[in-house]
Amino acid sequence: MSESTQLDAVPPKAARSGVLLTGLTALPALLEPLMRFAQRVLGTRRMPWVFLAPNLLIFGTFTFLPIIINFYYAFTGGVKLFPSERPFTGMENMATLFDCTDYFNPSTCRKDIFWQAVFNTAKFAVLQVGLMVLFSVITALVLNKKIIGRGFWRGVFFYPVLLSPVVVALIWKWILQSQGVLNGLLIGFGAAPTEWLTSASWMFFWVILVSIWAHMGFYTLIVLAGLQAIPKDLYDAAQMDSASPWRVLRRITLPLLMPNLLVVIVLALIRAVQIFDEVFVLTGGGPGTATTFLVQFIYQTGFASEIHLYGLAAAASLVLAGALLVLTLLQLKITGSGEAKDDRVKGAAGHA
Amino acid sequence: MPDTLRFLTRTSGRTRLDWTDWLSYTYLVLGLFLMFGPVLWIVMSSFKTQSGLSEFPPTFLPYGQRSVQVTGHEARLPLYRVKMPDGSTRELAELRRIGLTATMIDPAKPDEEIPVNIKDREKTSELRVATENYTELFGKLSFGRYLWNSVFITVVATLITLLFNSMAAFALSKYKFRGQKTVFLLIIATLMIPPTIILVPNFLVISNLGLLNSLWGVIWPAVATPTGVFLLRQYMLTIPDELLDAARMDHASEWQIYWRIVLPLTAPALAVLAIFSVMWRWNDFLWPLIVLSRSELFTLQLALNAFQGELQTEWNYLLAMTVITIIPVTLVFAFLQKHITTGIASSGVK
Repeated sequence: MSESTQLDAVPPKAARSGVLLTGLTALPALLEPLMRFAQRVLGTRRMPWVFLAPNLLIFGTFTFLPIIINFYYAFTGGVKLFPSERPFTGMENMATLFDCTDYFNPSTCRKDIFWQAVFNTAKFAVLQVGLMVLFSVITALVLNKKIIGRGFWRGVFFYPVLLSPVVVALIWKWILQSQGVLNGLLIGFGAAPTEWLTSASWMFFWVILVSIWAHMGFYTLIVLAGLQAIPKDLYDAAQMDSASPWRVLRRITLPLLMPNLLVVIVLALIRAVQIFDEVFVLTGGGPGTATTFLVQFIYQTGFASEIHLYGLAAAASLVLAGALLVLTLLQLKITGSGEAKDDRVKGAAGHA
Repeated sequence: MPDTLRFLTRTSGRTRLDWTDWLSYTYLVLGLFLMFGPVLWIVMSSFKTQSGLSEFPPTFLPYGQRSVQVTGHEARLPLYRVKMPDGSTRELAELRRIGLTATMIDPAKPDEEIPVNIKDREKTSELRVATENYTELFGKLSFGRYLWNSVFITVVATLITLLFNSMAAFALSKYKFRGQKTVFLLIIATLMIPPTIILVPNFLVISNLGLLNSLWGVIWPAVATPTGVFLLRQYMLTIPDELLDAARMDHASEWQIYWRIVLPLTAPALAVLAIFSVMWRWNDFLWPLIVLSRSELFTLQLALNAFQGELQTEWNYLLAMTVITIIPVTLVFAFLQKHITTGIASSGVK
């Protein structure tokens, strides 16, 4: 079964896939008699469920079912993939992850890489989100002024958001390599070149900077929407009192932006905790374990290492899920109070 | 010229720029440099030859070493400017090099071999756009196949996404039935469950369905997006129910109402979702990385990742491939920026 599916997908049969593509566009027309039949058999009252069925089937199979299985994995051991072949081990996976003499010193832990990843992720999330929100607010404030070509400038800051994580990583790897343009510029200015990619502390810095570069445009847009929702007459009143720009910012803009800003911060935190793709391609988690984050630990434990420890990976993802749950509840609390910011709230994790 | 200057520094309502304006424009220009600079640098680099890429410090424009065709030699030989012992300078082509001594010949007199100490010579360079980085891609590295895989996944997944999500949105916005609210909340709740935390069990599901190492294994889990359902539902709520009732009077089936009436009216929201979906699927990385382990099934993103990890990375090809991967999103950006930004501003997701 699986063998035949594999062969089907191999592109020498591209012609077949082409036929399939045209078939797919014609599919709705073929659906019409089918749906008419369904309506006759089930009655109009049950039609909404027919319309919902494909979506619910996919959510059930690829989201809800996996959530249940994930719990089972987390409490079973062995290296087998199929749940029935996995011995129940209770809390053993969790105990392995949390086996530490000193929680603040990862090297005393049995799974030292896990704790290193936890600390790296926490440090990254705080620094990256703090700096990114700061830059987003500054950029949004500038874009909210009466400037010429606002649409163009907004686009400038948004463009990197569209780039794939792999492309982002490759762009910066090319710039940071030892014979790269950054070192070239440094020499041009008379400074000494640096081996960015092999220095642990520099690489952590660059990972933060690159992820800000890649994502700040998105948050700038949301902050900008918040700024534009502030009533104009407040500013007119301030102008009549000839208040200084600094005072207007502190007394009007920032307080009124606060609810919006809190949403942005939690949203950014939820994403930051899940950082993986661009860092994985840029550094591979290195040098050493300097930029190994939680999702990479899960990926490596479950898929990339020689022995696939699915149970341990699932247990680690439960830890990640716990962190995300706390952040989500925090977000719901913030947005619940003050009836803040309409539907934007529901963006939550934000990746489809 | 003063007119141009006045035009550029013109502000609405006021006659001159104050210091905050100057600060703003400085910030924006700096932002332009920082945001586009790295991408521009990749594009410029992708037109350099392999030897041009190894130049340090690098030049902005693609310079390559000049080479010359010498009779009696099949390959083109690299040209150097050589300081001769008598103080004169000659342009010679390198035949071979052993240690510190290179054997060189004059292209005009190919029979006479001249030994030269490599201290006494420097490369000659010329502006050369290495388009072969792009043209050779299709023969090498089975680039065409990766491109096809990426396009296939993106197009098919987007079409199914539009169909399935609009069907669900139709049910959730145009009917009243028991359990409606629960279903809607359930779908929205999946937004809170990031795919990264169900990697392991999803891998099991996919392999049980026989979809491992199949492009469909990437497509199916991706087509039901909570974002899409939410976006379309909000839009469909604005379509007046009277339209539907009138159609029912004319004995239209529920499917016809959805397909002929509601869907065409939802076109603007569908366009936004289509743009989002294309970008999501084109840029996907972690899930394809887990599902597709055979190199002939790699998407462009996976191929880029695989090649940059190789010991001997051929950066000239890698850079060209990166630029090709950027082109679709850049086109989307250039022509549809407004749709994207309004889509994000109204739904808060990307």
